[in-house]
Amino acid sequence: MKHLKNIIRPYIVWSIIMIVVPLLLVFLYAFTVGGNSLVNIKFSFDNFKRFSDIVYLEVFIKSFRIGLLTTAICFVLGYPLAYIISRFKESTQSILILFVTIPMWINMLLRTYAWISIISQNGILNSFLNKLGFDSINIMYTDTAVLIGLVCNFLPLMVIPIHTSLTKMDKTLIEAAHDLGANEVQTFFNITFKLSMPGVINGVFIVFITSISAFIIPKLLGGGQYMLIGNIIETQFLHVMDWNFGSAISLILIVIIIAINRVLKKFDLEG
Amino acid sequence: MKKLIQLKNLTKNFDDQQVLKGIDLNIYENEFLTLLGPSGCGKTTTLRIIAGFEEPNEGEVIFDEIDIAKVPPYKREINTVFQKYALFPHLNVFDNIAFGLNIKKMDKSVIKEKVRRMLALVGLSDYEYRDVTLLSGGQQQRVAIARALVNEPKVLLLDEPLGALDAKMRKEMQAELQKIQKEVGITFIYVTHDQEEALTMSDTVVVMNQGEIQQIGTPVDIYNEPENRFVAEFIGESNIIEAVMLKDLLVKFDDVEFECVDKGFKKKEEVEVVLRPEDINIVKPEKGKLKGKVKSIVFKGVHYEIIVETKYREYMIHTTDFYEVGLKVGLVFDPEDIHVMYKMGN
Amino acid sequence: MKKLKVFGMAYIVLAYMFFYIPIVVLMVFSFNSSKSLTKFTGFSFRWYQGLIQDSEIMKAVGVSLSIACIATIVATILGTITAIGLTKNRRFIRELILSINDFPVINPDIVTAIALMLLFSSMNIEKGYFTMLLSHIVFCTPYVITSVYPKVRELDANLVNAALDLGATPFYALRKVIIPLIKPGIFAGILLSFSMSFDDFVISYFVTGNGVKNISIIVYNMTKRTNPTINALSTIVISVIVVLLVIVNVFSAVKKKKEIV
Repeated sequence: MKHLKNIIRPYIVWSIIMIVVPLLLVFLYAFTVGGNSLVNIKFSFDNFKRFSDIVYLEVFIKSFRIGLLTTAICFVLGYPLAYIISRFKESTQSILILFVTIPMWINMLLRTYAWISIISQNGILNSFLNKLGFDSINIMYTDTAVLIGLVCNFLPLMVIPIHTSLTKMDKTLIEAAHDLGANEVQTFFNITFKLSMPGVINGVFIVFITSISAFIIPKLLGGGQYMLIGNIIETQFLHVMDWNFGSAISLILIVIIIAINRVLKKFDLEG
Repeated sequence: MKKLIQLKNLTKNFDDQQVLKGIDLNIYENEFLTLLGPSGCGKTTTLRIIAGFEEPNEGEVIFDEIDIAKVPPYKREINTVFQKYALFPHLNVFDNIAFGLNIKKMDKSVIKEKVRRMLALVGLSDYEYRDVTLLSGGQQQRVAIARALVNEPKVLLLDEPLGALDAKMRKEMQAELQKIQKEVGITFIYVTHDQEEALTMSDTVVVMNQGEIQQIGTPVDIYNEPENRFVAEFIGESNIIEAVMLKDLLVKFDDVEFECVDKGFKKKEEVEVVLRPEDINIVKPEKGKLKGKVKSIVFKGVHYEIIVETKYREYMIHTTDFYEVGLKVGLVFDPEDIHVMYKMGN
Repeated sequence: MKKLKVFGMAYIVLAYMFFYIPIVVLMVFSFNSSKSLTKFTGFSFRWYQGLIQDSEIMKAVGVSLSIACIATIVATILGTITAIGLTKNRRFIRELILSINDFPVINPDIVTAIALMLLFSSMNIEKGYFTMLLSHIVFCTPYVITSVYPKVRELDANLVNAALDLGATPFYALRKVIIPLIKPGIFAGILLSFSMSFDDFVISYFVTGNGVKNISIIVYNMTKRTNPTINALSTIVISVIVVLLVIVNVFSAVKKKKEIV
């Protein structure tokens, strides 16, 4: 069917205009100064020099810290969940996995918005605690609130790839390990966990990049002053209107993500 | 018989590799022709060019006196039975077979009748509405044959159709295919790497290697008169010996002169001689033209395979008699069992 | 062993509570009789009535639905055609297209969003419904390609040859052989596209203009002046999604069972 060879042409044109050119524009804006109109542009590294400002560095560090924490929590909570699910019989597994995915189909904003009414100062959690005779806890507009929101949203992204690699695993390998004298714990760490690494790496990657670039959850649960990378990008593009600087930050974010992707892929191949 | 297909100097390159180096072949009406050769010899490519899935780089494919090299497959009166059947998994047995007829927009009742007749021909009458993915390999094979034949092609191409079946099923299907070919009376072009299959089923065998035709002939010719070392080695087991043709009807190897039935070689031409293992007889040492010692003996079910070591080489012999290892023996063979071939590369 | 099983069950229950408590809270308060989102004062449908009367919300529902539908249709057709064509192309072209295709999937939404925003402004296209639609097609198509492409690759190349051999034109083979066989991939692509588009906030937020808002943007704007109307809207959306998902899953489970029988 050589005739079918050319049917990708529309998408080639489309993806160049709608995917490649926009990214090139991010490049262009990042390396130039001269305003948003692209009329008098000058090549310059000024946008990157602004990162020497401690304020922006701190935002990057904070984003990484939140990203790492979210990823770590998702892994610690998600691996056991995926593992427990994978021990059920197949039909039960598909129902359990369906119920892990359903929240993902529901708007992230809506779920985050619900957390506000649970954990806010006069929220459901505190009125519940008060009824039981405990003091109120103030977690709204703190890192904890942001982490709750991020973990709740991104945990399925960790559970699903791990579950997939656990179920894809050749079950005879576990039997072989038992046969060779390994007990449950040894088998788990030497065989099961190692074979589920591709899923773990996948999950870690997705959770990490989505959480370091999140901006809506931090804004809603961390408050208007809560700044992560995503929030500065939003501010630069929609409020300060400095597209050059905004592009420079986005470009750094892209480079970081590509680098992490590379490292993890290598890790995956070696592991 | 009338020529149905003529391949003229076909060449085909994939990337930098030349997989067909000038194929010339005549295929006749009502012939069962087999393309035989090891994998990568170009037999499947030749078949795909005839079917229209590949275009040759050079050469002509004359079908009924017209060059069809550039005609798309759907406009050719040729149908194919594919290696792994390529049955449409989303259609049942009936719809698979009716696929070609539906395209021709035939009357529903006509289609029904034709499909039923085909199912009867391949012995699957009660299977009309079965799911093809749940059929056994042999049954899928039959559906694939019915699906191709129902279109009443002038030529049926079969690409290693029995490759996926077990040994017993293969034997059954070989007989079945021959029977079907006789019944429908059209040309079958069959591709296989299995020499036994080729020799049992075909009217004509075309032995190919490295993109070239090595020999065309009847199964008996190919077996008894291999034209070169490749054909001799590929078709059955054989002892191949370097020899010198002293003159017509006289060949010398292992320092012994032998009468033979071949002529037309140059004087003192270096040649190769084929001796089939079943054509060599073991006799008492003093009666043998060649002398040696039994090196090993293995029972092969019907016969013993014996290796006799002589001063120059080892000979493989098939016989129903038992000889002890270490026994001194003589070897004899008749002049007509010595097949002299041109040396490869000359 | 039994203890482990009990522990496992308890863990699953806790995990699912974590996922579903916000959703349940959201839905419960949509029936609250007062404006409070933290104290349930009584049962009422007043926020549902308010919802229907709120023309801004109804307009946003229309925008979300129409964009999701059009984007899904375009992305499905474009993505399926491309996935089929990709397998017929040289490795180099295939890998190139697939890695370009990966950008909108791997890049954070916000990067895709600002990149598209830069594109529209540099081309002087006024931001609004049209730019939002184009952007949705941009991020939906890669998901269609990634769900359809593996199915096309799994196809036995000889199936298409068999169809041609039996007299089918390439177009007929596409319609009657290729498309039916890659249907599961296409369905997965449709489902993904629709939900991605329907739920999208980030990209829509950056590329919209002229007061065109989808549901997510409305929700975002309303979080500043909290009000159970959103909860009512969310409850409806969630119910529809859950019902659809359950139908799709039950349907495919039943189909699988039939195939086995």
